[in-house]
Formats: sequence, C-alpha cells, structure tokens
Amino acid sequence: MGFFVAQLLTGMANAGALFLVASGLSIIFGVTRVVNFAHGSFYMLGAYIAYTLMSHLPGAIGFWSAIVLTGIAVGLIGLLVEIVVLKPIYRAPELYQLVATFGVILVIQDAVRYVWGPEDLIGPRAPGFGGVVSIFGQSVPTYDLVLIALSLVVLAALWALFNKTRIGVLIRAATQDREMVGALGVNQTLLFSAVFFLGSFLAGIGGAAQLPKGGADLTMDLNIITAVFVVVVIGGMGSIFGAFMASVLISELQVFGVQLLPQSTLVLMFVVMAIILVVRPQGLFGRPDAAVYQGNSAMVPKPLKPLGLAGKLVGAAILAFLAFIPFYGDNFLVFLFSDIIIFCLFAASLHFILGIGGMASFGHAAYYGGGAYVAALLVQYLQTPMELAIVLAPLGAGFLALIIGWFCVRLSGVYFAMLTLAFAQVVWSVVVQWTSLTGGTDGILNIWPSDWASDPSVFYYVVLVVGAGGIIALRAMAHTPFGYALRGTRDSSLRAEAIGIHVRRVQLLAFAFAGAMAGLAGALFVFAKGSIFPTELAISRSFDALIMVFFGGVQSLGGPIAGASVFTLLQDWLSDFTYWQLLLGVAIIAVVILSPRGITGLLETTGRIGDRFRTATGSNAEVAGKEAR
Amino acid sequence: MTGLRNFFATVLASAAVLGAVSGAMAADTIKIGDINSYTGMTAFTAPYKNGMMLALDEINADGGVLGKKLKLITKDDKGQPGEAVKAAQELFNRDGVAMITGATLSNVGLALTSYAGQRKHLYIASEPLADAVVWSEGNRYTFRLRPSTYMQAAMLADAAAKENKKRWATIAPNYSYGKEAVEAFEKLLKEKQPDVEFVGSQWPGLFKIDAGAEVQALAAAKPDAIFNVTFGSDLAKFVREGETRGLFKDTLVTSMLTGEPEYMDPMKAEAPKNWLATGYPWYAIEEKSHEDYVAAYKKKFGDYPRLGSLVGYDTILTAAAALKKAGSTDTDALVEAMSGLTIDTPLGKVLYRPIDHQSTMGAFVGRTAVKDGKGIMVDWSYKDGADFLPSDAEVKKLRPASD
Repeated sequence: MGFFVAQLLTGMANAGALFLVASGLSIIFGVTRVVNFAHGSFYMLGAYIAYTLMSHLPGAIGFWSAIVLTGIAVGLIGLLVEIVVLKPIYRAPELYQLVATFGVILVIQDAVRYVWGPEDLIGPRAPGFGGVVSIFGQSVPTYDLVLIALSLVVLAALWALFNKTRIGVLIRAATQDREMVGALGVNQTLLFSAVFFLGSFLAGIGGAAQLPKGGADLTMDLNIITAVFVVVVIGGMGSIFGAFMASVLISELQVFGVQLLPQSTLVLMFVVMAIILVVRPQGLFGRPDAAVYQGNSAMVPKPLKPLGLAGKLVGAAILAFLAFIPFYGDNFLVFLFSDIIIFCLFAASLHFILGIGGMASFGHAAYYGGGAYVAALLVQYLQTPMELAIVLAPLGAGFLALIIGWFCVRLSGVYFAMLTLAFAQVVWSVVVQWTSLTGGTDGILNIWPSDWASDPSVFYYVVLVVGAGGIIALRAMAHTPFGYALRGTRDSSLRAEAIGIHVRRVQLLAFAFAGAMAGLAGALFVFAKGSIFPTELAISRSFDALIMVFFGGVQSLGGPIAGASVFTLLQDWLSDFTYWQLLLGVAIIAVVILSPRGITGLLETTGRIGDRFRTATGSNAEVAGKEAR
Repeated sequence: MTGLRNFFATVLASAAVLGAVSGAMAADTIKIGDINSYTGMTAFTAPYKNGMMLALDEINADGGVLGKKLKLITKDDKGQPGEAVKAAQELFNRDGVAMITGATLSNVGLALTSYAGQRKHLYIASEPLADAVVWSEGNRYTFRLRPSTYMQAAMLADAAAKENKKRWATIAPNYSYGKEAVEAFEKLLKEKQPDVEFVGSQWPGLFKIDAGAEVQALAAAKPDAIFNVTFGSDLAKFVREGETRGLFKDTLVTSMLTGEPEYMDPMKAEAPKNWLATGYPWYAIEEKSHEDYVAAYKKKFGDYPRLGSLVGYDTILTAAAALKKAGSTDTDALVEAMSGLTIDTPLGKVLYRPIDHQSTMGAFVGRTAVKDGKGIMVDWSYKDGADFLPSDAEVKKLRPASD
C-alpha cells in the first residue's frame, strides 16, 4: 500500500513538470497551428536561465522569484522567436513552420553551449523542500509534493484565464475557429504573440521547476519534446485539461512500467499513444471538428505537369553531371554524392505522400531504417547477395508500411503525423530491444557491397542507377492515374470519394509505395556505410527527411531533390566549424523566411514565375477555402 | 539564385583550396584524423582534444616523427555512425591521413571498426568501450586504447566480491553498453562468489531516467548492494533521488566510471559518497611522469585534465610510436607495428596485445568521497588492464578474427 501510494505520488510529480511544458505547447498549437518543435528548447532555456538566477538570488524568496523571472525571460525569448521567425511565415503551407522551429532548435542548442558551457549543471535544491516526508512508511520527497501543487495551481490559473478573462476567451475562440475570430475584428497578430509568450512562459517555468529534481544539460530539449507532443496529442490538441490528464496518464504508466516491466520504458508512451489514436483519433479531450487539421488554405499547389523539354534537358544534365563525378576532383566526392543521392531518394519518397498525397508522416525513418535492416539481416543471416538484398529491402519496408499505414490513413493532419511517429518509435524500440536478432544499439556490422561493386566508384554507379531509378519511378507515379487519384484525395477527399475513388485505399497504397522507396534508400545506405544502427530509425532521421522536403519546397517534384542536396551539402560544408549547428540553424531560418515555399519556391520567385503563380493560386485558395467548410 | 550559386562556388572553391593545401603540406607532415562527438558530447571531447594537442606539440617540438611533423584533423561525428563513416571516407580520400583515431560512442566506434576492416585502414579506437570493438567484431586493422566495458566491470566485480554482499540489484541504461556491463559484472561476480543473488534489474532509457520511480523500484527489491551503470545526467538524477529517499544509506553501491572527473565534477558537493567505482584521481597520483603531464596540461590550457585528456594524450603517443616503429605511413607496416606495441604513458607502460588488439591501459578503483565541495576518489589503487582480461583461450573464442 505504502509503496503503491509513493509510486503514485512520484508519477504525479513527474506529471506536474510535464504538464507545465505540454500545456504551453498545446496553447500555442491550438491558436497558431504551429507545430513548434522548439518548445523543448524553451524548456531547456528555462532550466539554464533558472540555474543562473538561482545561484545569484539567495534563499527561498530568491528561489521562487527565480522561477517566475525565468518564465518571463523565456516568454520574451519565445516572443522574439515568434516575431522574427514565425510571423513572416504564418501564411506558408501547412506544417512549413516546423522547419523554422527546427532551425531555432539548432540555434538555441549552440547558443546555450556557448553561454553555459558543455558540462551538465546540477540543479540546486529548493530551500525548505530538500527532505522527505513519510507516507505509509515510504519516503516521499517534499519537493515532489510541491511540484504536484504547482501543477494544480497552474491548471487552476489557466482555467481562470480561459474562462474569466477576455484574452482567455479570445484564445479559446481562436482555438476553435481562428478565421472567425479574425473576421470579428480581433487583432490576430497580437493574439498570436500573446499566446507565444504564454506558451513559452509555461515552458520556462517547467524547465526551472524541475531543476531541484535534475539539472540542466544539452540533451533536455530533444529528450522532452517527443514526450510533450505525445501528451498534447493524447490529451487532444488545444485542450489544457486534456494535457493535464494525459500528463498524469503517461507519467503514472511510466512509473508503474519501471516497476513491473523495466525494459518497457523506451516504448510505453508510444504504444499508449498509438492505441488511443487508433481508438479515438482526436485524443482524449480533443473535439473532433476542431481537431481536423485544415491547414492554411492560402496556398493550394498548382497542378503538376510532366516535365517539358527544358525540364527533361535539365534532368539529363544533372544525371550527366552525376555520372562524371568519379572523374572529377578528389576521391571523396563519390562518397559525398552517394550520400546525397540516397537522401534525395529518401526525401523524394516522403514527398510522395507529403507533397502529392497531403499526408505528413513524422515517422518515415521507420521504412528507411526498416529497409536498411531488412537488407542487413538478409546479408547477416542468409548470406543474401547485395543485389538481391537491394531488391528485397523495399519489399520488406513496403510491407511494414502497408501494415502501419492501414492504421494511420484513417487519421489526418497532425494526428496522422503523430500516429506515424508512434509506430516508428515502436519499430525503433523493437530493434533496440531485440538484441539477439538486431544487435541492439550495437547494430549490425560488415554489410558491404558484393566484390564487383566494392570499388567506391563502381558502388557509386550502383547508387546512382538505383537512386535515380527510384526517384524517376516516384515522379512517374505522380503522373499515372493513381497519382492523379492521390492528388485528388489531397485536394478534396469529399469530391474524390464522390467520383468513386476509394480514398483510404489510394492513400494506403501511396503510403506503402513511399515506404518501399524509403526502404530502397535505406538498403543503399547500409551498403554505403557497411553497418546499420537504430539511429537510422530514430525520430531525428524522420525529421531530417521532413526538413529536406519542406526546405526544398513541398509543392514541386524537384523540391525534395533540391532540399536533400542543399541540406546535405550545407551540413558537410558547415560541420568543420565548432558552432556549425548555429550556422546551419541560421541558414535554415533564412531560407524559410526568404521563401515560404522552400528552395524551389525561391528559384521560381526569382524567375518571375512566382508572381503569376501567386495570382493564379489566390483565386484557387478562395475556392478551396470554401470547400473546406 | 545568386545566393545558391555563390554557395556552390564557395563549396567548390574551398574544396579546391583544401586540396591544394593538403597537397602542398603532404611533403613535410603526417596527418592523423580524429573522429569524435565534438558537438554532441563536448564536455568529454573538448578535454580529449586538448590531450591530443598537448601530445602533438610535445612530439613536434622534439622534431616530429620520421622527420615530419604530425598534424591532426578533427571531424565531428554528430553522434551518428553513418556520419562517422562519411568523415572517415573524407579523411582518407580527401585529406590523406595515415590513420584514424577517436570515437566515444560505442556505435560510432563499431561503425569505424567495420569501415577500417573493409577498407584496410588503421583505426585506433581511443574511447569507445564496447567489447565488440576488439572481440566479436575485431579485425586486423582496429586497436583499442581504453579499458573496455568488460575490463572495468571485472575490476569492480573483483573489488565487490571482497565486500561479501549477498543480494544485488542492478541499474543500467537500456542500451548495449548498459547491458554488456551488467552481463559481465553478474557473470564475474557469480564466479567469485557463487552464493550471490541478483534480485532486481532496472533499465531506464538512456538520458531519460525517471529517477524517483527507479529508486523506489530498487528499494522495493531490498538489495544489500547495487551495481550502477548510469552516467551523465541520469547519474546526477539517480544520486539526488537516491540520497533524498535514503536508498544508499545501508547499501553498497558499485559503479562504472563514476569516479572519472567527467562524471563526478558536475555533481559538485552532491557527488555520491563511499561508492566503489572506477575513475581517475588525477589530483592524487604521485608518479613523476604523471605529475609532469598534469603540470604541462595545466600550463597549456589553464584547466585541469579529465580522463579524456589522458586518453587523447595516449592516443597521439600511440600513433607516434606506431609510425616510428613502422618506419613509414604504409598501413600494413603500421598494423604490424601496432600489434605488440608498447608505449610509455604518464601512467607507465601500456601494451597493445597481439592476441586481441586491446591495450593494457588500466583504471583506478576506489571509494568516492566529497572534499571541499567536490567529489574525489579515496583509497584507490591502479588496476592494470592486463590483469582483468579473460584467458587467452577464452579471448580466442570471443574473437573470430585470426589476427
């Protein structure tokens, strides 16, 4: 009994810290619809700023005022980010802002490393709350009780804010129908800024309040962000009470998971999220109608056209250029360009469902890494030759995508995205945990090309032929009747349904095809590197693909190619600098702000095509906007 | 568009400059490439790099090796094995290094091991701990400096057996290093003390520990002793929750790596007390060679050395010694030279064993304590790595590679 209660309280305390951060994200998403991956960075900033403040402000008053001051400071930083980075791109395509927030993550990482140094900082204990109380004979840290109380206070304060103040009512209204609030004359600019301040404030408080239980380190940002998203999604996007309940649910499950099945902690929350999303797609307390992510309808892409003669010539020129790489310059270029081609194929496969199908997968690495693992396992256990492994890997990855896709295509928007992420995490943890088969985090080694292809230049041509073949297949698919149907499901699923397209089946097949092509890229990767580790299945790899696609431009078939090439080259070029993350982050943010349609958008705009494009789509947007209602 | 064009122009130009520079310098330098997590784990790799620079300066001040100066090129692995392999490809194919060194993360070390074996390049794995680097995945071209997971677990099992505790619980991060350490420790302790009982094992996610819950779960198993493998921010949280909830009061804790300044110093006055741990008491070692090394390090960097500094220093000593013994930068000659190579380190002689390419560099085992608001090691002794490796017959079974 005592043990049970003590664990329950531990879970509640964990839930408290998680809730503070998650509520902020939920509010920001609810109003601005920005999927803010940098929210974890605000949490990390909170921890570091509070650490500095607490070491200068003495005593209990110092401690508590440090927490409040931290919240304000982080709130102001969040406001700055909103004004400088996000304000210019609110009208960009759906989810485009997440690329900008990724840039912000990189910048804050390096800024924190520069200011506070790389060593972990251990948090001070809370004055007066350093000890334990005995509850049913079990020691419970008093600060745990403080955290529980704090989260309840914040929950009550948010409730009061949303129900008793005008700005709170406006935020709620905007969460439900942003355009209506705008139409009624509310200053949206101000409202967005206020919401960003409030959300960042909460993240800062969360980072500060957890200091006595941990500290500040450079992995905090990415470590918490997935958990926070899980909480927000399970609770229902935009629902504060939902975020609270989900925090409690997840934290309690973790705590009892630790006790009953210690290995489960890697994956437990993702399994729970997957189950909840499958059963109740809008989350526990989300509203189905408000939850459907309609995105920003201001930019409906123009119809795709097959490449004209000029386009074909450019494509042929690129291929010819790539074919001459082994004869140019130093020997390293074949490795660099083989990486680029592999990433291009990976990005293009994601673009097929994201750009053409309108389904943003946050877990595409599951199929990329999945294909790589299929190839590696075939070689490792069945001595399969490279050629056969490269053929079978996409089949395996496609099959995996077919199973996972069957659950996912029932959902749309951010809920679809989060479900794909949940499944990807499940795949990742299976690979990590199943050490006897996969080698766990030590991976599978010595998967090298067949003898005839072991020369780097020869293998480069293998990558070029297979990679370019895959990309061409993806492009060709976009122009088949199937590709048209897929675009139909993206632009108006109701209309597509009405003319006899089986929307879900089309989406599922597209998902599986994209998964197979990602698997093909993964198979090339494993033979290029000679080894495979679970890092290739991890969330960060999925995000890489997302960033490449958005960075290049979602609306053009050339987007993922441009995005993957420039992103890889930028990384390669910048990574010799100590603070390369900062430079890369700034570069990403710059591109995002300069061109809300990615690199290809930038090219189009410069080519004066953009102006005509904008006028043409302006009228489409109105039509599409009406349809959505 | 112009921006993009400029960008590509810069890339090509910088590539050309790099090529030209490396071509011009090739005549009078020998290049060594180091791949490590310079951005992901700066707290570890910055002191490591300092150690390398110190050794490099000393060697070059003495006229270098084979009449040439040594030059170090460092590359960030971004914490990803795939990036590390790319860095290795760049170092060998563009920069023309004679060998590569480095890696802190085990998966990066293993990826480079595999790469070195396939492309037939020398790789000195300075820091990764995974046993597989020299055993199950070991190859002719890979050598490891730091004492492995197995060796450090063996040192702790040896010391722990003397404490004669019966009920043990373990806590380790849920990834290969944690699993390997627990497996080795359990096996070796049971050999020395057959009546020992393992009553619980906890597996928090790496850097995602839920310390309160883990401490409760450990306490519920009522162990006499705990074997800890967590490190970094996980360790700090574990120690704080454990101290707060009284887990360590009557329990012996043996702990991997905790006495290393890298892990101990961030915890300041809250560093654990009286834990039995491996580590590096650089402040108390009285050997003349080590004192000289510490003095030189402090003078050059205005900071004290961490364990990583010593590993970096010894890595460059190894590279220089191998080049000298081989008499050339030819990989085959270097690999021949590495096998059975002995180097003089600040802590005495270290041998690269011909049988499995593991060096005999040791570690310090002692008790942790807090003095002047800082964690230190007391009652420590140096354990020679050679004494904590399996028998040759066993090693042969563990290492399929023939040379």
